[in-house]
Amino acid sequence: MSDTPVDYHQMWADLGLDLPMHDALLEAVGGMYGATFMSQANRPEGMGYLDFVMSEVHGLRIKELDDFRKSGGKVVGTYCLYVPEELIRAAGGWSVGICAGAEWAYDQVEQILPRNTCALIKSMMGFKLGKVCPYLEEADLLVGETTCDGKKKAYEELGKMQNLYTMELPQMKRPKDVAFWRSELVDFIAKLEELTGKKVTAEALKASIKEVNDKRRALQRVNAARAADPSPISGLDALLAVQVAFYDDVPRFTQMMNALADELEKRAAAGIGVAPKGAPRILITGTPMALPNWKLHEIVEKAGGVVVGEEMCTGSRYYEKLVDEDASTLDEMLDDLAEKYLDINCACFTPNTGRIDDIIRMAGDLKVDGVIDYALSFCGTYQIESAGVAKTVQDAGVPVLRIETDYSAEDVGQLSTRVEAFLEMVK
Amino acid sequence: MSGENGTGPDVRVLGLDIGSRSVDAVWLGGGKIVDAAVADSGFDPASVAAAFVERGAHDVIVATGYGRHVARETFGASVVTEIKAYAIGASALFPQARSVLDIGGQDTKVISLREDGRVADFEMNDKCAAGTGKFLEVMAKALGFTLEELGAESMAAESGVQISSMCTVFAESEVTGLVHRGEDRGRIARGLHESIARRTLGALKRVGASGPLVFAGGVARNPAMVELVRAGFAGELLVPAESQIVGAYGAALSALAGGGPQ
Repeated sequence: MSDTPVDYHQMWADLGLDLPMHDALLEAVGGMYGATFMSQANRPEGMGYLDFVMSEVHGLRIKELDDFRKSGGKVVGTYCLYVPEELIRAAGGWSVGICAGAEWAYDQVEQILPRNTCALIKSMMGFKLGKVCPYLEEADLLVGETTCDGKKKAYEELGKMQNLYTMELPQMKRPKDVAFWRSELVDFIAKLEELTGKKVTAEALKASIKEVNDKRRALQRVNAARAADPSPISGLDALLAVQVAFYDDVPRFTQMMNALADELEKRAAAGIGVAPKGAPRILITGTPMALPNWKLHEIVEKAGGVVVGEEMCTGSRYYEKLVDEDASTLDEMLDDLAEKYLDINCACFTPNTGRIDDIIRMAGDLKVDGVIDYALSFCGTYQIESAGVAKTVQDAGVPVLRIETDYSAEDVGQLSTRVEAFLEMVK
Repeated sequence: MSGENGTGPDVRVLGLDIGSRSVDAVWLGGGKIVDAAVADSGFDPASVAAAFVERGAHDVIVATGYGRHVARETFGASVVTEIKAYAIGASALFPQARSVLDIGGQDTKVISLREDGRVADFEMNDKCAAGTGKFLEVMAKALGFTLEELGAESMAAESGVQISSMCTVFAESEVTGLVHRGEDRGRIARGLHESIARRTLGALKRVGASGPLVFAGGVARNPAMVELVRAGFAGELLVPAESQIVGAYGAALSALAGGGPQ
């Protein structure tokens, strides 16, 4: 790093960003990051890496993508963890998760989408319409998926503005659904090979399966350390790690997360934590929290609680399950990939009892005092599962707080009161 | 920090409930109420609270309500949530209480209590003022009544008009429409109260509230609401004489050893 900050405005202008609005976004996110993350006490030193990544979120990383593309590489933008990063990498591409975690350009979004669309989808469209996301503009191909009706239909609109391919994720998990999903993977490989001009070989796929598994293993270690009381890492920092996992360079991120995990394991063994021992331990479950959505974690941790787990796509669903690494042929690898991905428990599936099992197991492993069920307004699948989740978890003897919210700040006062009262109740 | 549990009973405590519509204060001495006051929040609730801080001697301040965190920064007050404050206050006034309903200026809380008076479960309205004191104020204005008249007219009406909106903005439009159609204002007032009561009783059911239920907060002074909740609730209903100071009282008691008579 040099002492004078690099000016990336020319790069952003070349990508077609709306520079004044983009400056405003960066300033807002930078301010939020400072107030939310840098004010935390007793942070692990290893978080310095993520602080740096965030300070360069639209700078150095975009420069890397830019250079990669100039050397002939292709960038594939995704919105969901069901789009297999292994296949993208095996075809020589880079996968980046596109953010959709802030209210942006809703005035333009609402000319296309109904107002009562979930914040995640509105944000996804807002970043495109507002021309403020360099990741989107770097993407040679966007990949959508049929995980809910809102996203499915919004991708049709997004596809009018950018090269977009949609994968059909089945809604059930029967053998025929796994077979169908496998056929979707085969079609996706053809699409990727057409994009990158490279063949997906068994050798390349085996390597990328290992590489992405290594990333998941590193995150598993980081998150396993949170079982300690006091937790050696805040929920905010652990959430950030998974959010960054979606778009950072894979081998570098894996290495840095393993270093963070080493530190966390030492801290846990020495009894060093981010909150006093005995602070209420909270598991959050529900709708994914896309970058920079830190709202609920911030409320919980400012109120004196510590978030020790996330049963969400920006949490355990992302890193918990690994792809089998023993296969040697492409066919076997595709079987393994199809099986692994359909084993993730998203509310878009019916039935989805596996998710409740996951929550109960995590509540026990992480020794939580309470569970917060989190749903974005108009996220029908998670909202409908909410009552059943709450009942089952309460019946297992763990208190539950159900929260429905969006990305706005208007309800922070009332949410804080409810969260503080919940922490008082579970203590 | 002062005001943690464990403070002796002789300490003088000021409990402040800094709400959206009123700031309520209770002064405790020897564990008993020695003074209490209620004032309009106005546009500067922090100054209203500051006047209470100046008014009487105290060793410790505990704040609850929307302004609690400001009170922590300004007066070094300890803070408890309204949920805990109402649970403690209601249990102190009525040791047999098993649930609490508080309809305040801009939110509604329902709390079910364990036998020891601790919070078992609670629910609060989310981001809007549906079915709160503010809702009634807006509707009274739309009907050309004072807040007192709204309750009295509702009591006098034989039946209520069905009001379908709970959103303050939509309900105001709905009421305006009914007025323009020549509907009796008393029946509209009754309908509004009935819709709040229905919503409130639903929330009580969701947290498993059993009787006796303590009805606190400013809206407990509205006899029409009390009558409707009493009629719809399966257990006994208790209304404290000074329903507005239950939160401030509970906040003050939380400073005493054991958090008051829990």
